[in-house]
Amino acid sequence: MSTPVAEKKEKLSVPFDYNKYLRPNKLPHIWCPGCGHGIVLKAMLRAIDKAGLDKNNIALVSGIGCSSRTPGYVDFNTLHTLHGRALPFATGIKLAKPEMKVIVVTGDGDALAIGGNHFIHACRRNIDITVLVFTNATYGMTGGQYSPTTPLESIATTSRYGNIEPPFDTCEMAKASGATFVARGTAYHTIELEKTIHEAITHKGTSVVDIIDACPTYFGRANKFKSATQMMEEIEKDGTVNVKQAASLPPEKLAGKMLRGVLHKVERPEYCEKYETLIMEKANAKK
Amino acid sequence: MTESAAKKLPRIVVNEKLCKGCSICVDFCPTDVLEMKGSIAAVKNLEACTRCQLCDLRCPDFAIQVFD
Amino acid sequence: MAEKKKKLLQGNEACVEGALYAGCRFYAGYPITPSTEIMEGMSVRLPKLGGKFIQMEDEIGGIAAALGGSLAGLKSMTATSGPGFSLKQECIGYACLTEIPLVIVDVMRGGPSTGYPTGPSQSDIMQAKWGTHGDHPVIALTPSTVPEILTETIRAFNLAEQFRTPVMVLYDEILGHMREPVTIPNPGEFAVEDRAKPEVKPEDYYPYDDKFLIAPLAPFGSGYRFHVTGLNHKQDGFPTNDSKVIRENNLRIMRKVDINRETIWKNEEVMLDDAEVVIFTVGSTARSARFAVNELRKVGVKAGLLRPLTIWPFPDRAVAEISSRVKAIIVPELNLGQMTLEVERVAKGRCAVEGLYRVDGEPITPSQIFHEVRKYL
Repeated sequence: MSTPVAEKKEKLSVPFDYNKYLRPNKLPHIWCPGCGHGIVLKAMLRAIDKAGLDKNNIALVSGIGCSSRTPGYVDFNTLHTLHGRALPFATGIKLAKPEMKVIVVTGDGDALAIGGNHFIHACRRNIDITVLVFTNATYGMTGGQYSPTTPLESIATTSRYGNIEPPFDTCEMAKASGATFVARGTAYHTIELEKTIHEAITHKGTSVVDIIDACPTYFGRANKFKSATQMMEEIEKDGTVNVKQAASLPPEKLAGKMLRGVLHKVERPEYCEKYETLIMEKANAKK
Repeated sequence: MTESAAKKLPRIVVNEKLCKGCSICVDFCPTDVLEMKGSIAAVKNLEACTRCQLCDLRCPDFAIQVFD
Repeated sequence: MAEKKKKLLQGNEACVEGALYAGCRFYAGYPITPSTEIMEGMSVRLPKLGGKFIQMEDEIGGIAAALGGSLAGLKSMTATSGPGFSLKQECIGYACLTEIPLVIVDVMRGGPSTGYPTGPSQSDIMQAKWGTHGDHPVIALTPSTVPEILTETIRAFNLAEQFRTPVMVLYDEILGHMREPVTIPNPGEFAVEDRAKPEVKPEDYYPYDDKFLIAPLAPFGSGYRFHVTGLNHKQDGFPTNDSKVIRENNLRIMRKVDINRETIWKNEEVMLDDAEVVIFTVGSTARSARFAVNELRKVGVKAGLLRPLTIWPFPDRAVAEISSRVKAIIVPELNLGQMTLEVERVAKGRCAVEGLYRVDGEPITPSQIFHEVRKYL
C-alpha cells in the first residue's frame, strides 16, 4: 500500500487528544466498520483545535442520516434536526447569535436531495456557516439506496439494474449558488482534509467542503468492493486529484477524476454582517 | 507494552472496546507493524514502527494511537 | 405614564404589535397569502429593535430557522397560511418533542390545497391539533377581533415560553385583513413571560431534567453545552431506546399542558346563564354569532354564546357544563365540521349538537345563525 508524499511530510510528534472534544461515554459511535465518517470527524476535530475555537461558541448542526449522528459525539452546542433541515436551523442560530461558529455536518442525501433547496440558498446568502458534506453516495441509514451523488451505473437497493440518474457535482453547485469557499477532500487524504476544513472554518462566509468517504456496508458490498481499504484506494485516492497537481496533468489523466483541494475562494459581504449594519443604521435612525 | 532498552520504541495503544475490526490501520501501515487478531487490530512488529501515525489518522473509530 | 396610542390596524399588523410587545426578536418565514403582512411588518420593525428577520427559501426553512433562533435564546415567531401550515408540520412536531418555544401564526384560508388564498376559512382547526405525526401537546389560540389578535399574540408568546412548546395563533383571513381601532399597550400593561433559565452549573445541567415538569432551557452559546435531537431522548438530551424513558417523556410533554389546562383555557361567555341554545364558535364567525345572539334575545329566544379564545386544549369543562343544561349547541364554522366533532365528543349526547358550515369562501352571516337557532325552539 502506498502512502502519498503529502501525508508522509506531516508526521505528528504526539497523538492528538480527541477526548478534549469528545463526549465521554458516547463511543463507540454507531458507524459501521470501515465507514469513513469517523475519519472525517477526527479531521474536523483537529481542524477545530488548530483554529483555537472555544467549545462554548461552536454550534454543530446536522440533519438526518448516518453522518448527521456526528453532533452526538462531540462536546459543543449540538443540534440533530430533521432530514434536510440542518441549514435553516443553523441559519437561525447564526443570525440570532452571529458570534457563534456554526458548522453543519450533513450527508449527500441530506444536503443535496431533501435539503437541496436550503443548500443552494445558504450558499446564495453567503451566511457564515461551514457545511461539511459527507459524500458516500448512499443513503446508509435506510439501507443503501442511491443518492444524488451516486455515480451512473452504480448498484443500490433502489437501482438494482444500475443507476440511470447522473450525479451532482456538489462543488460546482455550491460555487454556482454563491458559496465563497468551496473545497473537496477525502477521508483517505486525512491531513489534507484537516487543512481544508481548517481553511473552511476560518473563512468568512458560506464555506462548503465536499468530503468523499466510503460506505463499505452498502455502497461497497453492492458494487463489489472487497473492503473499506479498497474503496479508499480506488474511489478516494485514485478517483481524485489535487487541484494544484491537476494544473500540470494532461486531460486524459484527469478523465473521470474529481478535483480535491480548495476549488473556489472569493471575498463577498457576509449575510450576518450586512444584517448587523442594517440594524445599526435603523436602530440609530430617527423614527 | 514493554519498552526495549536498546532502542526507544513507540507505544501503540489499541482500544479493544472501540476497534471495530475494519483493518484499515493494518492495510495502510507502510511498515507492516499491525495485524488483525480475530476482529481486533494488534501489534505484531513494533520495531518497524516509524511513528507516522497513519493508523491513527485513518482509524474511523478512535481506537488506535501511537505514543512516543 | 405615556399617552396611549390608538391606531387603526389590520389584524396582521396587530399581530406584529403583539409579537414585538411580547419581546419577539426573531422572525423567519416565507410569503403566503393571507398572512404576508405579518412578515412584511416584522421585516421593517425588527431591525429597528435590534431583532433579526430573515425571509427563507421555503415554508420549512422559515419555521426551522425560527426554531434555531429560539434555541439561540431569542423569542421567535413564524407565520403562514393553510398550505404553508401543512409544510411546517414536521417542524412543529420537532418543536413539541425538543421543547423549543415558538409562536406559529396561521391565518386560515380556504382549502384544500391552494384552495382559495384570499377567502376566509377555519379549516386548520384540526390540522393544528393533528397535523404533525405522533402524540404531542397543542396550544392554539383563536382571537376574534383585531385588538384581540394583539393581546392573544402576547399570550401565545407567554405560553410558549412558560411551557417550552410551540403555540399557535389561528385566525381567518377576514380578521387578518380587517381594520379596527387598536390601543397599543404601554410597557408593563400586560405581563411578559420569559423562559426559565438554568440555575445550576453547566456540568449539572440537563435540558430535560427529570426534576422538572418543564426544565429550564439554556440558550446555545451560553456555556451550557448540550445536545438536542428529534429522536426520543433521555433527560440529558441524548437518544435512547429505553422504553420506560420513551414512555415517560412522551407522557410528560402531554402532561405539562394537560395539568395546566385551567390556566391555558380562556373563554368568553355571552348570556349563558339562562340560555337554552348556545352557539359555540371562534374567530370571525363569533362576530356574526354575537350579533345573532343579540337579535335572538330581541325576539325572546334565550340564546347564548360560548367563545373559546383557546381552542386547544379544547375547552372540555365549559362545553360539558353547558351541554348538561341547554337544549342545543350550534357550532357555526368555516369548514365542514371540525369543532363540531369535539363538541359532540364532550357533550356525549346530553344535548343536541348541530353544525352550521360554510366552505364557499364567504363568511357565515348573523341571519344564517339566527335561523339555525330558531330551528331548535
